[in-house]
Amino acid sequence: MNSVVSFQHVSYRIGNRQLLQDLSFDLHGGETLVLLGRSGSGKTTALKMVNRLLQPTGGQVLVEGIPTTSWDPIRLRRRIGYVIQDVGLFPHFTIADNVGLVPRLEGWPPAAVQERTQTLLAQVGLPSVQFAGRYPRELSGGQRQRVGVARALAADPPLLLFDEPFGALDPVTRVELQQQFLALRREFSKTALFVTHDVREALLLGSRIGLLHNGQLDLLATPDEFRRASTPEARAFLACLDVKTEG
Amino acid sequence: MDGLASEVLDLTLEHLWLVLISMMVACVVGITGGILLTRRPPWRRWVLGLANIMQTVPSLALFGFLIPVPFIGGIGKHTAILALVLYALLPILRNTLAGILGVDRAVRESAVAMGMTERQLLLEVELPLASRTILAGVRVATVTTIGTATIAAAIGGGGLGVFIFRGLASVDTTLILAGAIPAAVIALLADGGLGWIERKFSAV
Repeated sequence: MNSVVSFQHVSYRIGNRQLLQDLSFDLHGGETLVLLGRSGSGKTTALKMVNRLLQPTGGQVLVEGIPTTSWDPIRLRRRIGYVIQDVGLFPHFTIADNVGLVPRLEGWPPAAVQERTQTLLAQVGLPSVQFAGRYPRELSGGQRQRVGVARALAADPPLLLFDEPFGALDPVTRVELQQQFLALRREFSKTALFVTHDVREALLLGSRIGLLHNGQLDLLATPDEFRRASTPEARAFLACLDVKTEG
Repeated sequence: MDGLASEVLDLTLEHLWLVLISMMVACVVGITGGILLTRRPPWRRWVLGLANIMQTVPSLALFGFLIPVPFIGGIGKHTAILALVLYALLPILRNTLAGILGVDRAVRESAVAMGMTERQLLLEVELPLASRTILAGVRVATVTTIGTATIAAAIGGGGLGVFIFRGLASVDTTLILAGAIPAAVIALLADGGLGWIERKFSAV
């Protein structure tokens, strides 16, 4: 199988804190690999190494076979969609301008940018006629995150990174967006690396789950394997499933 | 009285000229400097410290100190402009820095992650979002400069201060007011006008 992203003995330390230690795994074309872990387990740190927002202090991360440090960071980032919990839409741009950002930066003709923006907004359930001219502050949290997803898909990047994208949403909106994520995945078959601390979300969305614990990979398994896993950290996460059903 | 009226007009124009030139220089230096400081954290303490010290020097003394300085000092307008620029610098510098550093972390991170170059990040994201704060600094600096510029007359810089110093010397309240009132009116108008522009920007 072809690996789109490859972590090779990656370490990251800042001062005397070791955030990642000897992390190795491959992300294969078309799969959604979920990095699951507690706060501070290093999952976001690992994610940010893929689009070179951070650089490893040891080992290397390969994207399409080339170390991130050898990529032109601008080229690398424009090939990778990025969705974060706080969305980070530009408050002074309209929704259409936010979604069309990367295509515009890539020099697409304005008509093509507009067409692409309309298509994407429709795909994430925000009809263009109604939303294109609005500003982010006029949208709800869930709508904003839909725009965030549309923006990440805009230039049709082969790889997508998600950093707890649905973490700040209410449970109902969260489930809606998770379902939409699955629908979009069926449609586009993108490769995705997805960070979450929610085991339920990991089991629902992941083709494989990488469990991070104290900066190390505790387990790398399919959802089915994960349910039967025996490591203490995996058990701890699986125990959350039982607690929640009582609610 | 006709003579006084036309002199008021002349000196008011001269005063405006002093303020305009000083503010243009201060804006260019202050905004550029503020942007550079966002990229060079270690410099911040030193530059802001120096600019702070400049502000604490009494204005009359600063004008005086500049007279004996070779090349840049001496008697006349350019020395006055230099002193006014030094005064106006701090609020512009500080607000530019604060405005850019105040841009939401998630917005900046997205901009970088979308593959914006340094230049695009600055021109399309940081400066537009910081513009209100920067303008507030320019407004404070402008109003202060209009007042401080009256002291320029003490070193031969001209402007409305000419009336004030002449009035002080001859204990003539009318003359003092002939300088003070136009200066106050200009300051109020500038404050109102720049405040209006600031609010226009806040609509974004």
